[in-house]
This record gives sequence, C-alpha cells and structure tokens, in this order.
Amino acid sequence: MMPTQSTVQSATCPECEGEIAFQRRPLAGEVVVCVGCSAELEVQTVEPLVLALAPEVEEDWGE
Amino acid sequence: MNNTVPDAPRLALLYTRVRVEERMLLDAFESIGVPIEAIDTRSLAFDTTDPEPWTRFYAVIDRSLSLTCSITATRILEGFGVRCINPARAIEVCSDKLASTIALERAGVPTPRVCVAVDEESALLAVESIGYPAVLKPTIGSWGRLVARVNDRDAAEAIIEHRATLGSAQQGVFYVQEFIDKPGRDLRVFVVGGEPIAAIARRSAHWVTNTARGATAEGIAITEELGDLCRRAASTCHADVVAIDLLECPRRGLLVNELNHSMEFRNSVQTTGVDIPRLVAEHAIRIARACRAEVAACR
Repeated sequence: MMPTQSTVQSATCPECEGEIAFQRRPLAGEVVVCVGCSAELEVQTVEPLVLALAPEVEEDWGE
Repeated sequence: MNNTVPDAPRLALLYTRVRVEERMLLDAFESIGVPIEAIDTRSLAFDTTDPEPWTRFYAVIDRSLSLTCSITATRILEGFGVRCINPARAIEVCSDKLASTIALERAGVPTPRVCVAVDEESALLAVESIGYPAVLKPTIGSWGRLVARVNDRDAAEAIIEHRATLGSAQQGVFYVQEFIDKPGRDLRVFVVGGEPIAAIARRSAHWVTNTARGATAEGIAITEELGDLCRRAASTCHADVVAIDLLECPRRGLLVNELNHSMEFRNSVQTTGVDIPRLVAEHAIRIARACRAEVAACR
C-alpha cells in the first residue's frame, strides 16, 4: 500500500516487502493484513515499528 | 483527547492481539470521551502480593484472544478486588462447553442434549447414546474448529481414535452433542448488561454456521421469546457482555447452543444497525462508575 497523506506510520511487510501504511498509531499486538500479498501480520514492536507474520490460531484462542 | 469527560472513571482494556473488535472498542471509548488504557496481557508479570499497579482501575475489560491469558489475568485482578468485564467465573462458564451445558441445564434453559466421556470406549458409548448423526466438539475452542459431525460408527471410531492419539489432554474430554437439523442457519444474540441489544442469523450451506467458516450474517429482530431466552441464558453465566448462539430445533424450538464471553462483532454492526462497541463501552463505564462509588462509600 502506498503511504497516503493520512498515513501516520509505515512499515515493510516481512513476506512481500510491500509497504504497510497505518492511518493511526499502531499498537503492539495489532493485526493487519498486507494488501499486497494478503499475509496476516502482527505488530511486534512499535518503537521501532516491526511487523511479523501473525501466528497460526492456537488451541485456546477464541470468542 | 480533547473531549474527555470530566471525572471519567479509570478503565483498562487487556488484549493479546488487537483485532478489529479491540480497535472498535477503543474508538468507542474515545468518541465517548472516556480514556482507557490498552494493555497487552502478554507483557505483564503479576505480583500476587502487590495489587497497587491495578487498584487505580475501577474496571478492566478483558479482550484477550487467548483463553489462558483471560482466565489467568481476571483471576488475579479479581483477587486484587478489581472488577473485570467479564468476570472470571463468566469466562470459565462460557469458554468451556461442558461448563456452559451444566449451567444452562441447571437453570432449565433449553439446550441440545449432551453426553460426555473421558475414555475412548466410553466415548463411543456416548456417541451411540446420542445417536447418529452426532456432533463431537472440543470442550474448549472457537470458530467451529475441530467440530465434527459423526454420521456412523465407523466415523465415530476414527474421530475418537484421532482425538485420543493426536490431540492434547483437553481433547481427551469427548463432548458429544445431539445434531440439530437446523434450517440452514443459526442465531446469535448479543447481550450487554443482561439485555439483548442485537441479533443476527448466520446462514451457510455447510452445517457449521460460524462466520469464521464462511457463513454470512444478516440482522434479525429480537422476538419476545428470543429475548427472554437470552436473558435467562446470560444470567446463568454471570456475564456482563456475552454472545449467545442458538439453534432452531424443528421439534423443541429455540435451543441455546453456546455462550461466547469475548464476542466478535465486526460484521454485525452494519448488519444490525446497532453500535455494539459503543453499547459495550457505555456499559463498562457504568460498571466502573458504580465501582468507584462503592470504593468512595467505603472510605
């Protein structure tokens, strides 16, 4: 995704190296989807902003 | 934040992943003007002898995706006297299908028939007792994961053996539920503060009608019967916020199937026209204000 005027922060997709733009200040643990490769990503750290592939669903996850 | 409500009660939201729902809740608090501190449960080390870091909050909303994190955090915080939304006992009842079944049956809330076993041979007896087709579910889990329709004895033997051999210890609890021949949909009712606020029907050509498995949702009206049943179901689990899944049984009418303590609602706001995150936030603020008043009265 190309950064827009409303982008407050951006990072690189670890899967396709595309740009991930955040319109709001990201939170650690936030889940985003790369529009370039559809990978589900999780914000690992916010300072610096680092993304990683989100983990697979675990047994005790749910509603 | 510019529009902060004067004298707003202090709240926190615990999470393990910030999904769309957590963002929507945080946005709702911001629009109301009540600050809320978002805390990653995974980053915490609780000292059970030191409540001080937590007593500044009048209520804590638990939105941890991990059940283990939810139960751990809420038990400790309640030990400190912090009001949790949902309370630990509600999470324990809702998250475990066997605990949900027991609570619903004790309260006389109609629910599908269930037979439970903890041994492979007994599990086969449990399936045969329920009759074919039966539904085999893990007691803990969501989104339709590992839910299996068992159509005959061969399938029952295979699934039971797989669960016993490949599954975790938790998979050793064989929860067998009667199959309800529902009309291509199930119902979900969102209950906040004991009151049903919105309802959807989830349709799918597949017998599993979770939206996580591709079912589509549409808003439906909350009839008197549906509303009354959901009030009763919600009171059995002591949840402040709960999504109740129901099946329409051709013979027995509405049956409460599952209770969800950390409900997802991203696809239900538009379909129902109800601002679910705002209603949840407003209810949490009411609880926090009441807790603050109680604390003040004790001083």
